Amino acid sequence: MDNLLLILSKPDNVPIVMMMLLFGYYTWLWWREAKKNDTLITNGNYSVLQEEGKDKIFTWPYLVRNEFLAAILLMLILTVWSIVLDAPLEEPANPAKTPNPSKAPWYFLGLQEMLVYFDPWLAGVIFPTIIIVGLMAIPYIDKNPKGNGYYTWQERKFAISTFMFGFYVLWIVLIIVGTFLRGPGWNFFWILDVWDPHKVVAMTNVDLHQYFGIRSSLGAFLFGGFIVTAYFGLAVLYYFWKKESEFVKKLGVARYGLTAFLFLSMMSLPIKMLLRWTLNIKYVWVTPWFNI
Amino acid sequence: MEAFLNKMKDSVTKSQVWKSMFRHGYEDTPRNRYLQVLDNVWLHLHPTRIPRHGAYIRFTWCMGGITFLLFLVTAVTGVLLMFYYRPTAEYAFNDMKYLEFDVPFGMFLRNMHRWAAHGMVIAVWLHMFRVFLTGSYKPPREFNWVVGVILLTTTLLLSFTGYLLPWDQLSIWAVTVGTNMARATPLLGSEGPFGPELGMRPDNDVRFILLGGTQVGPPTLLRFYVLHCVFFPLFLAIFIAVHFWRVRKDGGISGPL
Ligand code: HEM
Repeated sequence: MDNLLLILSKPDNVPIVMMMLLFGYYTWLWWREAKKNDTLITNGNYSVLQEEGKDKIFTWPYLVRNEFLAAILLMLILTVWSIVLDAPLEEPANPAKTPNPSKAPWYFLGLQEMLVYFDPWLAGVIFPTIIIVGLMAIPYIDKNPKGNGYYTWQERKFAISTFMFGFYVLWIVLIIVGTFLRGPGWNFFWILDVWDPHKVVAMTNVDLHQYFGIRSSLGAFLFGGFIVTAYFGLAVLYYFWKKESEFVKKLGVARYGLTAFLFLSMMSLPIKMLLRWTLNIKYVWVTPWFNI
Repeated sequence: MEAFLNKMKDSVTKSQVWKSMFRHGYEDTPRNRYLQVLDNVWLHLHPTRIPRHGAYIRFTWCMGGITFLLFLVTAVTGVLLMFYYRPTAEYAFNDMKYLEFDVPFGMFLRNMHRWAAHGMVIAVWLHMFRVFLTGSYKPPREFNWVVGVILLTTTLLLSFTGYLLPWDQLSIWAVTVGTNMARATPLLGSEGPFGPELGMRPDNDVRFILLGGTQVGPPTLLRFYVLHCVFFPLFLAIFIAVHFWRVRKDGGISGPL
């Protein structure tokens, strides 16, 4: 308990708690608005929505007024926050004294948490790049013309659930895990556990090929390469299976390929997590140059 | 009395000085409502009329505007902090103490800068989330979404480079953990795939360029300071300008087509 209070009261962790509340609130707001619009659309009243969208008001005073109020409120909150809570300042920098655990700023803890499952070149370089490029690609691969400019759920189920999975589970939840549940040695501690720096964790992880009795490094290389290729090859299989479907047809080959690559890359994280938790898999593909 | 006040008012509002500053009256007429926005350099960022839902918090969550306001707060408080802070290993930490104990409202200034920065990270995520949920990245706003992702990345980098400046244990180790990743960059990092094969060593790879050394040290502090106070804010400001311009040019706030 004391430990939890200690973590919670770290000044830099207060924003995380705030973020959790805000996300809860806005998700609820989205759901309410989406339901409202979805009911309209199901009843064939999309035109009502359109009409409302065309309704114009004066910027002055109606928008400027809201902006002004929002600005005052925000400055008020910020002022109170800055009076009540001091920014942290620890001991002077000392390169010879490594704290345990050493944590990145909280907004990068999702990436640091990925390091448990993937090597730094993937978790720290490739995945961030894929995230940024993938986000930028969204408007160009989402060919669904519906749900443009209003909240909805039923018209964009795949897009919204994929985005929410990535954003909530693989980003926000990992930040929370990294902040509250990772202690010395980046070991896992439940919320109420005491952070014991001498916690012993058995290193029983094995590589996937070892399960299959493969011993030579060439064998491991070929085997792992096959597994990874096969994983991304699922996209090709699915393509030929669903070639005639509306979804695949509308995308075209290039968009489909990019979408599938981004989707499978994203899903590789939860899959690797499951492999680690259930089978203690360390690497799926071992090569002399890199491991996955 | 009233006549006198009216005369006073007239003598002010009809004077040449007043009229040179305010080009229209304040009576509540549609014309003045237009002019109020059009004639004002700050407000003319807006169109004179907007769709009704554009003013609803339940539609925009107000998050783009809040992100912008928080950016302005960090810019103002940041400039003030620069008066007291020297980005060298000898002084940086002491200047933090100086701000805390000697500078009037120094701690308050620092707090406000930090919390506004953290708030900005949260606000920019929420803004992206709402733009996604309203499908506002769909044509014709695809490119503004891309600009948005650039803003998001820059916001995070801005926050990250600032994290180092207090030069305490929290900051150098957080930045050490973060920048250690650069070592593992494929081809360009000394521990990345094919890095050593290409002659990358700890003292010549990308991490070395980033840090100005083989570990987070005084040169890193100076580098991050310059990036944090000059490069990233300018970069962000330029792209925010593009972003706002595009919101207008792409047809204003999105709505049901
Ligand atoms: C420094 C960061 C940012 C600032 C200051 C900012 C500011 C704004 C503002 C003030 C608006 C007007 C509508 C609103 O308030 O919601 C807006 C709209 C928009 N933003 Fe941002 N934004 C930022 C980052 C982003 C990011 C990260 C994305 C997406 C990845 C994004 C994508 C968009 C799009 C597509 C619109 C048009 C929305 C519509 O018409 O409904 N922006 N932005």
